[in-house]
Amino acid sequence: MSGVFSPTRARIKERTLRTDKWWLQPLVTFGVLISFVIYATFRAFEGANYYKDHLISPFYSPCLSDACLPEATILGFTPFAKEIFNFPLSPALIILIFPLGFRMTCYYYRKSYYRSFWMSPPACAVAEPHKKYTGETRFPLIIQNSHRYFFYAGLLLNVILTYDAIISFKNPEGQWGHMSVGSLVLVVSSTMLWLYSMSCHSCRHTIGGRLKNFSKHPVRYKLWSWVSVLNHKHQQFAWFSLAAVAFADIYVRQVATGAWTNFYFF
Amino acid sequence: MARNIKLRIWRGDSTDGGLKDVVVEANEGEVVLDVIHRVQATQMGDLAVRWNCKAGKCGSCSMEINGKPRLACMTQVASFGEQETITVTPLRAFPIIKDLVTDVSFNYKKAMEIPAYEHPKELAPGEARMQQIDVERSQEFRKCIECFLCQDVCHVVRDHEENKKSFAGPRFFIRIAELDMHPLDMLKNRKKTAQEEHGLGMCNITKCCTEVCPEHIKITDNAIIPMKERVADIKYDPVRWLGTKIRKREGL
Repeated sequence: MSGVFSPTRARIKERTLRTDKWWLQPLVTFGVLISFVIYATFRAFEGANYYKDHLISPFYSPCLSDACLPEATILGFTPFAKEIFNFPLSPALIILIFPLGFRMTCYYYRKSYYRSFWMSPPACAVAEPHKKYTGETRFPLIIQNSHRYFFYAGLLLNVILTYDAIISFKNPEGQWGHMSVGSLVLVVSSTMLWLYSMSCHSCRHTIGGRLKNFSKHPVRYKLWSWVSVLNHKHQQFAWFSLAAVAFADIYVRQVATGAWTNFYFF
Repeated sequence: MARNIKLRIWRGDSTDGGLKDVVVEANEGEVVLDVIHRVQATQMGDLAVRWNCKAGKCGSCSMEINGKPRLACMTQVASFGEQETITVTPLRAFPIIKDLVTDVSFNYKKAMEIPAYEHPKELAPGEARMQQIDVERSQEFRKCIECFLCQDVCHVVRDHEENKKSFAGPRFFIRIAELDMHPLDMLKNRKKTAQEEHGLGMCNITKCCTEVCPEHIKITDNAIIPMKERVADIKYDPVRWLGTKIRKREGL
């Protein structure tokens, strides 16, 4: 018997005496995250319906494989073959490791999935079901310390997705100065990704948090103050950006399959 | 206006115990500690409860109210439904002494394990000068009243007694962060020992400590995560590690 049932502690048989709906938040988080994972896995392996008339899905950008449509690549740069060991390699699989790694090691998502998937703990003051606990001290969870590298990779992807959003201001004939619902969707998606990245705890640390003397680095202190403001909303940006990216992919897929028409404002 | 409320209070000691039902009068504006005192005065004269300031500043009356770690003096009776039974138990992460009183000496042992501030040798007492922007981060951590609600709710020790040997807990991570961010602290290896001796890596940042803090200290975002990032600088980031070797400094 360990934890709250240890012999030295007050003899209370319940795992928790909380009377509120403590199980609701982890349940909803589990539902939303698992839905996203299922959808993203399907899309990553689909290998099609990711480009239409200057709209490219964020799941497939940058498109780096020989399997990519030529117009979906960046200046025809495709260093990866279309197959690996005779298995077709979806272009999404080449790049998704970076946003996946960024979110998996994100301090906010860690809280979410440790609670909702691993129940460690399921909620505050609710006894967890595990007999042993070593936290993030051993493999594989010690890899969480690599979050900053995924953050750097995420910044690079944000630049590319912003480029995609700018390109979407062309009409199907390739002329600039046109705006469609798709342009709006990609602008919102890339903006949310920037906010999510810039509010990241590793960003806050890198930009100034690691300093001991702010007074010797006034510019970094100012930047740190701004990032700290964003950091307070990191949880919200994490969810909004996830939803925005998923919707951007759904939108591009629907347009690419012909199910939806991309309406042009001008 | 006074009304009768239903309370369930845990009574017992290290050998046995259980929840006892009582009905007690509560006046408008009263807090849970007030009604516990009324129970003590009228129905359970030997009820043990630790308290002191009744103003949310001494951190003595920490207990669990309807399963949540809280200060009894800062929990309004009116925040519960009129028909709701309020369940009051001692902190469940620490050894029980009697009724609502637990042995929190674990925390004092951990406090002694944290190396103190080390003043620069070249500065005599009174000569130190610091700018406000260099100390304002740490000032948030100085608000801690040592109620140990964060220590109680932290599942690392609450659910795993065996981890108490190697885990200092959130209250002491903010102490370590306060010292590591101190512009004049000269002690080296604070980051390394935070990870290797005080168990920072055990924390999986589920933020329960922040949720229960009565002083609203952002324990996770402003202390634990920045410390995890500082530890990553010296232990898990080869680029930073190389930089510190070349520039011969710990990373200011």
